[in-house]
Amino acid sequence: MPSDRPAAGWRTPLPTRSLGDSHVKERPVRNWLYKADTQLSPYVYISPFFLLFAVFGLFPLGYTAWVSLHDWTLLSDEHPFTGLANYRELLADPYFWNALRNTISILLLSTVPQLIFALILAHLVNRRLRAKTLWRLGMLLPNVTSVVAVVVIFSQLFGRDFGLINWLLDSFGLGRIDWQAGVASSHVAIAAMITWRWTGYNALIFLAAMQAVPKELYESATLDGATPGQQLRKITIPSIRPTIIFVVIVSTIYGLQVFAEPQLFAGGGPNGIMGGPDRQFQTLTLYMYEHGFNRGFEFGYASATAWVMFGLIVLIAGANYLITRRIRSSR
Amino acid sequence: MRTSLRRMLAPIMVAGLLATAACGSEEQPAGNEKITLNVALFGDFGFKPLYEEYQKAHPNITIKERISDYAAHHQSLISHLATNSGAADIEAVEIGYLSSFTATPNRFHNLLDLGAGELESQWLPWKWQQGLSTDKKTLIGLGTDVGGMAMCYRTDLFQAAGLPTGRDEVSKLWPTWEDYVATGKRYKAAAPKSYFMEASGNMFRAMVEQAPTGVYDDADKLIVDSNAAVKKAWDLTVDAIGSDQSAKLSAWTPEWSAAFGKGTFATIVCPAWMTAYIETNAKDAAGKWDVAAVPGGAGSMGGSHLALPKQGKHAKEAYELIKWLTAPEQQKKIFKATGNFPSTPSLYTDPDLTGFSKPFFNNAPLGKIFTASAQAVQPQHQGPKQGDVFNTIGAGLGRIEQGKQSPEDAWKQVLADVAKLA
Repeated sequence: MPSDRPAAGWRTPLPTRSLGDSHVKERPVRNWLYKADTQLSPYVYISPFFLLFAVFGLFPLGYTAWVSLHDWTLLSDEHPFTGLANYRELLADPYFWNALRNTISILLLSTVPQLIFALILAHLVNRRLRAKTLWRLGMLLPNVTSVVAVVVIFSQLFGRDFGLINWLLDSFGLGRIDWQAGVASSHVAIAAMITWRWTGYNALIFLAAMQAVPKELYESATLDGATPGQQLRKITIPSIRPTIIFVVIVSTIYGLQVFAEPQLFAGGGPNGIMGGPDRQFQTLTLYMYEHGFNRGFEFGYASATAWVMFGLIVLIAGANYLITRRIRSSR
Repeated sequence: MRTSLRRMLAPIMVAGLLATAACGSEEQPAGNEKITLNVALFGDFGFKPLYEEYQKAHPNITIKERISDYAAHHQSLISHLATNSGAADIEAVEIGYLSSFTATPNRFHNLLDLGAGELESQWLPWKWQQGLSTDKKTLIGLGTDVGGMAMCYRTDLFQAAGLPTGRDEVSKLWPTWEDYVATGKRYKAAAPKSYFMEASGNMFRAMVEQAPTGVYDDADKLIVDSNAAVKKAWDLTVDAIGSDQSAKLSAWTPEWSAAFGKGTFATIVCPAWMTAYIETNAKDAAGKWDVAAVPGGAGSMGGSHLALPKQGKHAKEAYELIKWLTAPEQQKKIFKATGNFPSTPSLYTDPDLTGFSKPFFNNAPLGKIFTASAQAVQPQHQGPKQGDVFNTIGAGLGRIEQGKQSPEDAWKQVLADVAKLA
């Protein structure tokens, strides 16, 4: 197309006939420009995101894949190509499967109650209340608290010798629990931190979706004698289905990448990297961190872990999508 | 369309160019011109007043300091070394990371080439040794502080258990680690509800570090499975766990910090920097903690070196600065200001050091105790994954403490895990 312009300019000095000719030539160019403007501009407008994503998202992703095929120790100058050896070693490592089990257990223990509480909470603040904004903003407070602060406080609550929860258990004669030592107990403690931080946030997203549900539905349901619980199940949940799918997938992705909570729960030292001496609460990200930033900085192995995690997240998020899609639609 | 695209891209490209230009702009050439030296540290080394003194004497030098925390500092140092850009002219390296650098010293300036050889006698022999590469031909760091070791103990708990409380008698209770564990058994018999030590890992670590060879041999080969000293330390530690002496606390947790004040346990292996930690975490327990000698008589935990990454452009000037910063006169000034313990033995007879004590610890002669244990340390070769090996063994002890494994199973798993590190 750029060759058109000089060609037209070249022809204009030529006698008579060419004048009309150039008019005829000019119009398709304008048409083309107009078409290009309407059809291509939108892509240009959205391109900054994709350019940045390519630089900071896609490129690292691809580079990580490349690194994962090498014996890539950060401090050595040579990075010999090893093919899929890192992946083979990873899948044969029982500690990897242990980390995966822990991650899924913590994911279930945190996400399920989190979403149920969020739904109930959103349903409650969606009604007529005094000081509505206060309640709604209050729900977000745990989320704006720094994760470190949350974990430090919860680690104190779940402390073995001087923790508030053990003190309560003890005063009811139930005995103390060494929360960090046990598999189930440590998972419950970590899930509690995650639930505390994210319930309010998810409730706000649910609330936003609930506001869009026509009030007439509830009014007529109330006239028909439906209880609030029935209204939640029969009207609200089917109406906000897309939002539920979104929240489930986002919490799944977050839950599979839990890092700060288990790391700080153990005090941050070597126990934090391993998730306790028996790896009882080592999550996948901690496992990756253990290999990438300790143990001689094996970036190749850590990259392989990252890619396996990526695949797992896609898989589990996809499965969740299929499951939540089955919620009966309002229509 | 084409022009509009160009117009849109232009600012992005300009920004990109600026960014690369900013990264690429190098320091001005050496000579007598102005030179900026960057110093990267973890935590405060107490260097600030010294910089000013140095800059006054060297008007062409400007010193810039950046401080981050322990883990972040070393992780970014390693990535800067790997990518060959971004490291400061002078980088502090803690002993936990130093051995991974001495195993691959090619990314640092060899200080022996810069004339450091003549300074050797200035440091404790083992401190000098730690900065040397495996083949002893490259020196990558000059020593700053050391963490001379002692044993801190609670006088009130010792009294309740019918043990002597004076620090000299207490030191006499445990010339060896066997005696220490035996004292622990006496303690438990008298005070069954209380614990003798905070956790077993430190005891194990101190024992192994006192042996002539530790977890690596001189050729950087892991010898955890064949070194009798390691197994002996393990068995003795298991014995202590078996008689329920350990409070099973993991370091740096809130429970651990609280325990110093509440008196959950009676003793803790105590390097110089730990005394400051106890003091801030157990303010109410002033006068209850005292300090005795560490079993085995010697030991150091922690301590740092200053190293010069090869990517730094001003090796000579940077070397002059670290030579000055680590000289005894400066180490003494730092000690007076921060309590970081010097690594230069010429100071160990200095009254400022020998007279050092803290009221919190019943005025125990900390200076004397720490210098004695630092001087008695025998150099031991440390391998590239020293810290990871100790963490792996520590986890094994933790599994026994938490009742997850029998000592035999835990040892088997430790050996398998350590083999994977090689």
